[in-house]
Amino acid sequence: MASNTQDAAHGAAEAAHGSAPGMPQLDFSTFGNQIFWLAIALVAIYLILSRVALPRIAAVLAERQGTITNDLAAAEELKAKAVEAEDAYNKALAEARAEAQRIAAETRAEIQVGLDEAIAKADEQISAKTAESEKAIGEIKAGALESVKVVAADTAEALVTALGGKADAKAVADAVADQLKG
Amino acid sequence: MGKLFFYVALALVVVSGLIFAPEHAALAIHPMDQFNVASLTGGAVSTFAITNVTLWLALAVVCVFLLMVVGSSRRAIVPSRAQSIAELTYGFIYKMVEDVAGKDGVKFFPYIMTLFMFILMANFLGLIPMSFTTTSHIAVTAILAGLVFFTVTIVGFVKNGVGFLGLFWVSSAPLALRPILAIIELISYFVRPVSHSIRLAGNVMAGHAVLKVFAGFAGALGLFSFLPIFAITAVYALEVLVAFIQAYVFTILTCVYLKDALHPSH
Repeated sequence: MASNTQDAAHGAAEAAHGSAPGMPQLDFSTFGNQIFWLAIALVAIYLILSRVALPRIAAVLAERQGTITNDLAAAEELKAKAVEAEDAYNKALAEARAEAQRIAAETRAEIQVGLDEAIAKADEQISAKTAESEKAIGEIKAGALESVKVVAADTAEALVTALGGKADAKAVADAVADQLKG
Repeated sequence: MGKLFFYVALALVVVSGLIFAPEHAALAIHPMDQFNVASLTGGAVSTFAITNVTLWLALAVVCVFLLMVVGSSRRAIVPSRAQSIAELTYGFIYKMVEDVAGKDGVKFFPYIMTLFMFILMANFLGLIPMSFTTTSHIAVTAILAGLVFFTVTIVGFVKNGVGFLGLFWVSSAPLALRPILAIIELISYFVRPVSHSIRLAGNVMAGHAVLKVFAGFAGALGLFSFLPIFAITAVYALEVLVAFIQAYVFTILTCVYLKDALHPSH
């Protein structure tokens, strides 16, 4: 039943647009209508595209390209600046190092001069002291010899006296001198 | 997850086939009814009547507007998805025109872009169920192909004068063969708009008719209606591909013909 009504409707539709059973594409009575509206649609799309869309998209693409190019150029420039800065840094570093070495050498030389002076002075003082000391030692040695003679004479006199003799001062002194000569 | 979804969908199709199968299956298939042109206001289809053709052409214009104008309205350096698609389409067709038709073909870019956007949108809109496919009608594609044919012929003669006829005179062939080749070239030149238009309308119409035939089987097979429904799914996927490819083919052939007009030497 349903299919019968559908068939009837189908038949009616076919009858309505006349010829070409089964192929609405070949129903020439609708061509005018289709072509008319197609022309309007195509003109509308052409206007939309050529007046608004395509120039805008072209501008956006160009702008993007420009931005990318600019960014790349800026990056290149920054890189060059960085290299320059590094060079300047290295140069400054080298200069500073040379300066430091120079100052160090100067200071070392100055110190060396002071040191030499001080050493010479100290050597002088030391030799003076040594001479003084040698002199003092000589005096003390001489003093000590005299003392030995006196002590030996006294001791000899005391011994002679203790042994019951009569101590002759001159003989004792000669004997001590003989003994000391050894 | 995808597998589970597939089995649930399969079960749904079988169950719905059981429940909704017609009591007595009738093979009522009218695959061509979808192409009927009908007035939306009732009455005859006169030239200026508002028909389903008007509606779907208008929707195609609206879609082009939405994608190309609204989509690119923010003019962003980093594009949104819509702007990205608009830019890709622009780049795709621009490069095609430049590569195929040459540098001097670029001034025809807006015309070719118009053709591509219209055919693409009309094809995709036609894939919406219950819609009307304007590019399935030979009246529409014949006008599109005719526009290309006349534009190319006129541009050819304006640019090259009588030299455009050199397109038919194959100077690299032996002299004796040239008249025969000229006749063949001439015939092929005039067959171009025919093949150009029928290729598009035929592909679109055939695909849609096949979908309708399978849909009719689905109504008639009852329990086994899931078989044609799977077939419809597969054919639909193919049709999505065809919708794009036919727009692409139409456009690239336009570029090829334009190249012939701009540089007629072989």
